[in-house]
Amino acid sequence: MAVLVYTENSEGKFKKSAFEVVTYARAIADLLGATLSAVSIGDAADDELGKLSKYGAKKILKVSGEQFKNYFVQGFASAISEAAQKENADVVVMLASFGGRGIAPRLAVKLKAGIVEGAVELPKTSGSFIVRKTAYSGKAFADVEMISAKKIITLIPNSYKVEEKSETVQVENFSPAIKNDDFKLMVKETVRSTSKVSLPDAEIIVSGGRGLKGPENWGMVEQLAEILGAATACSKPVSDANWRPHSEHVGQTGITVGPNLYIAIGISGAIQHLAGVSSSKVIVVINKDPEAPFFKAADYGIVGDAFEVVPKLIEAAKVFKAGQN
Amino acid sequence: MKVLVCISHVPDTTTKINFTPDNKSFITQGVQFIINPYDEIALTRALELTEKSGGSVTVINVGEIATEPTIRKALAIGASDAVRVNAHPKEAMFVATQIAEYLKKNSFDLILCGRESIDFNSASVPSMIAEMLNIPSVAIAKTISVENGKAVVEREIEGGKEVLECALPLVAGCSESIAVPRIPNMRGIMSARTKPLVVVEPVAADEYTKVIGYDKPAQRSSVKLVDAAEPGKLLELLHTEKKII
Ligand SMILES: Cc1cc2nc3c(=O)[nH]c(=O)nc-3n(C[C@H](O)[C@H](O)[C@H](O)COP(=O)(O)OP(=O)(O)OC[C@H]3O[C@@H](n4cnc5c(N)ncnc54)[C@H](O)[C@@H]3O)c2cc1C
Ligand SMILES: Nc1ncnc2c1ncn2[C@@H]1O[C@H](COP(=O)(O)O)[C@@H](O)[C@H]1O
Repeated sequence: MAVLVYTENSEGKFKKSAFEVVTYARAIADLLGATLSAVSIGDAADDELGKLSKYGAKKILKVSGEQFKNYFVQGFASAISEAAQKENADVVVMLASFGGRGIAPRLAVKLKAGIVEGAVELPKTSGSFIVRKTAYSGKAFADVEMISAKKIITLIPNSYKVEEKSETVQVENFSPAIKNDDFKLMVKETVRSTSKVSLPDAEIIVSGGRGLKGPENWGMVEQLAEILGAATACSKPVSDANWRPHSEHVGQTGITVGPNLYIAIGISGAIQHLAGVSSSKVIVVINKDPEAPFFKAADYGIVGDAFEVVPKLIEAAKVFKAGQN
Repeated sequence: MKVLVCISHVPDTTTKINFTPDNKSFITQGVQFIINPYDEIALTRALELTEKSGGSVTVINVGEIATEPTIRKALAIGASDAVRVNAHPKEAMFVATQIAEYLKKNSFDLILCGRESIDFNSASVPSMIAEMLNIPSVAIAKTISVENGKAVVEREIEGGKEVLECALPLVAGCSESIAVPRIPNMRGIMSARTKPLVVVEPVAADEYTKVIGYDKPAQRSSVKLVDAAEPGKLLELLHTEKKII
């Protein structure tokens, strides 16, 4: 038996989520008594690749070259498909990131594999092979039995804890066949947003709603986020009104997040908003209305006016952080 | 330009999700069904594109007869005609197989889906259709326009966006910012009744996965309130009780 994990890099570097997915794939390989290899595409240097071995990857197939500098979903899916065939992989694992979500379904068709998108924990492998995933946009979980021999699983970021398990690593250059059909898209422009922490990776998120009255009041949200090393987010009406970019909108029709800490300021807690944040480990709600539904879904709450509470919280956070350093 | 929009029939976003006591199935009783919100805006964008440069918009759904009111709603919003593949949408691979089959017999320039259905959340159908037809796909498109027979698409990437140019045909999964949904007007609702809705039978497809049960996230214990005058206490609690800061 063999397990293959695709580890996505971001401009040549691996994020914590890449180590999560390697740890997860390692655990699946252990359950199945299988070997684990990894495939990396693009610019990651060998010492960066070496980091993957700390989490249990013994062998890394490295795909590089001009064609793979940009993310082309078809080219990437073809390369991973060839790697899976070379390694005789029964299970292929990757992250349910923007990139992984585009690749995995194409790979499933290529390999005639069953697929579970958005796994949140380790499969149960006694007898049948069952994977738990999010369903109904965070309002429920579904247990999916994978019947086919080949299986593809994408893992939700922040849902599996990284764990070190050192292996000596062997990096092997791998050159998949290049099919011109796979490179029909042309990248005209890449825009990286200035925000320091991206939402799906964030461990802490500070989020604002319509209660903040207008875009001019986001300074305190950003300041609190900066002190805590957090990403910023918002509710749907806030992005609809263009107070904040759409890429910050979380919820059922926005991004689903699962940080360690979600701080909601001036957000009422509508069911569609809760759906996207309910897998957060700890939720803090700041709202002036004690009846706001969000308090029912929160671990901690402050009933008060955000314009008074948040500046005080910022001052306290400065002191707290200074004390930690 | 001919555009096909794939629409899924899902519980309204305000629905409280409940399962049968054996946790095997979703209780549909009393639940209002709607067009998947992402598919509804994909449809709106398709209409905007064809209104500008001519063409037609067809909607397709894989579903049993109960989905027809949802399909009629899409016709009321403005689609010219509709196709229903008469089968329970068991899994993404099954749905994609049916739509790819339809596309092999009927050619379209652009195939728009939602980025994901709000019930299965597999975010798989659009990319699977594209792979089955060996054409390009953009799984999460932020904007889409068509210029000189080519699509220009903004794609979401980790921490930013990318502008792509792509020959047609193309399959795109539309995200929230693609359009603002349209409310059907009276004329649309009246004409929807007589617009063509063709029912086709499914083709055979292998079974890869099946849902064997559901569960709901654990309830949070009740909220602990911190005095608004001393928000610093909150940080202490997050540090000592939860060890997350
Ligand atoms: C199909 C569909 C999909 C949707 N998808 C999403 C989604 O993905 N994400 C999403 O967020 N919403 C979504 N919504 C919208 C959702 O139903 C709510 O309308 C929305 O979440 C409300 O946003 P809000 O909490 O910012 O605003 P409001 O509901 O207006 O709440 C503002 C809150 O701020 C509080 N407040 C006011 N002033 C202050 C102050 N000075 N200090 C502290 N608190 C204050 C108020 O007490 C109130 O609770 C969707 C709706 C539909 C129909
Ligand atoms: N039963 C269905 N019939 C038609 N299109 C569907 C169906 N299910 C999903 N889709 C399309 O595929 C997209 C992604 O769905 P999913 O892969 O289920 O998350 C949806 O937004 C729809 O555009």
